[in-house]
Amino acid sequence: MIHCYKLGGLNIVLDICSGSIHVVDEVIYDIIEMYEYKSQEQIKAEILEKYTDREDVTPSEIDACFAAIEELKQAGKLFSPDTFAPIANNLKQKTAGVVKALCLHVAHTCNLNCAYCFASQGKYQGERAIMSYEVGKQALDFLMENSKGRKNLEVDFFGGEPLMNFDVVKQLVAYARSREKECGKNFRFTLTTNGILIDDDVIEFSNREMSNVVLSLDGRKEVHDRYRVDYAGNGSWERIVPKFQKFVEARGNKNYYMRGTFTHANPDFVNDIKEMLDLGFTELSMEPVVCAADDPNRLTKEDLAIVMEQYEKLAELMLERRKAGKPFTFYHYMIDLKGGPCIYKRVSGCGSGTEYMAVTPWGDLYPCHQFVGDEKFKLGNVWDGVTNTEMQQEFCSCNVYARPECHDCWAKLYCSGGCAANAYHATGSIKGIYKDGCELFRKRMECAIMLEALKAVDGEK
Amino acid sequence: MERIKTLETRNLCESAKNGGCGECQTSCQSACKTSCGVANQPCENTNK
Repeated sequence: MIHCYKLGGLNIVLDICSGSIHVVDEVIYDIIEMYEYKSQEQIKAEILEKYTDREDVTPSEIDACFAAIEELKQAGKLFSPDTFAPIANNLKQKTAGVVKALCLHVAHTCNLNCAYCFASQGKYQGERAIMSYEVGKQALDFLMENSKGRKNLEVDFFGGEPLMNFDVVKQLVAYARSREKECGKNFRFTLTTNGILIDDDVIEFSNREMSNVVLSLDGRKEVHDRYRVDYAGNGSWERIVPKFQKFVEARGNKNYYMRGTFTHANPDFVNDIKEMLDLGFTELSMEPVVCAADDPNRLTKEDLAIVMEQYEKLAELMLERRKAGKPFTFYHYMIDLKGGPCIYKRVSGCGSGTEYMAVTPWGDLYPCHQFVGDEKFKLGNVWDGVTNTEMQQEFCSCNVYARPECHDCWAKLYCSGGCAANAYHATGSIKGIYKDGCELFRKRMECAIMLEALKAVDGEK
Repeated sequence: MERIKTLETRNLCESAKNGGCGECQTSCQSACKTSCGVANQPCENTNK
């Protein structure tokens, strides 16, 4: 399978199953597009007719193009067959049964009342609650005991708003650190926060202990304050931005993301990216809102068309800034062509329900944070482990080749089938697909690959 | 420019031989939490 597209002044050909990427001139681009379903004679005739005014496009030159294409085919870099389908389930099994990441819901409560929150203001359709140290400690023990040979373990302090239970966060980090050496583990902690409770103590602790912090900011003040309000209805932008700036400045070169959500109210989200840049932030992520089909915040078809254009505008902005010596990172455009994930990861996906689970304040296990509150997805608890093995098997068998709609999608080995929760909410099955999300994902990948391809082409000049 | 420039990429077929160590980051843990993909996850296999 191949995918051909034109973007950023480049003609790009992706060979999906080998992972190869070719930047080609327009003549060979046209030839490759026709190569598999037309004869060489037909292709030659069409190319000569199309490029009749080009002196360099001659029959012998077209023969040279055919030879170059055949050479790439022989090298397994073009039109490579999909050999992964029959082994996909086995690939995922290799990493199944080992838990390596937990999302700890240390607070099912929040000090903001954001209208678009998928976690219903942190309560996840349930009661307000905070996690006790005992439950959190048991969760960490569960993780260490079930992580087998994995060295790197990830724990995300999540909510609701995790800083509403900061003392427990600190105690849990101390406990994990006290055990990691004897267990041969390396804990990587992440904190996801709305910023309201950030103070010097939080900054000092997080910059010492958190591998990554995710800071929620939607960009422009009027956009942010439309949804991200307190219980009195007051916007939070002015309170949190100075805290985030201080936090990030003190963080040095440790990872962070400013993470925003865009909705029906701001499909022109690049303006929010620009606002974040103006505020001095350079590690950015903006995500389309996740909500029910009848939610007024949902992105409409018209919005999605705007968003697709915005992704291209964002790529242009990144190029401008890169050239001006003021680069920034956009989470979804980070792609390491040489050192990216192996085929196991690309087939298996995010690992929800197998490698990755969410833990509620009561110690219940769910496949991921987005399934919390939906009782039928409960996998077990941190004391007894996974007891709903039937449900876990469903997640274990969920790989990109288990999704019929993904079979013919060129992006399948970049996306690995996407988010199981989004698929479930859109179709009622975790093996379905969230079509709108697929469209956006494909556009993001085209932009991300184009940006990398331009680096390679520019480097050659 | 020559007619074809092939970028340096990881060979996915080759990665089947010694991949699957599982040490890489869980993709949803980093910054998205709502729109998962795997392409932007760096490989952490020390025996590549």
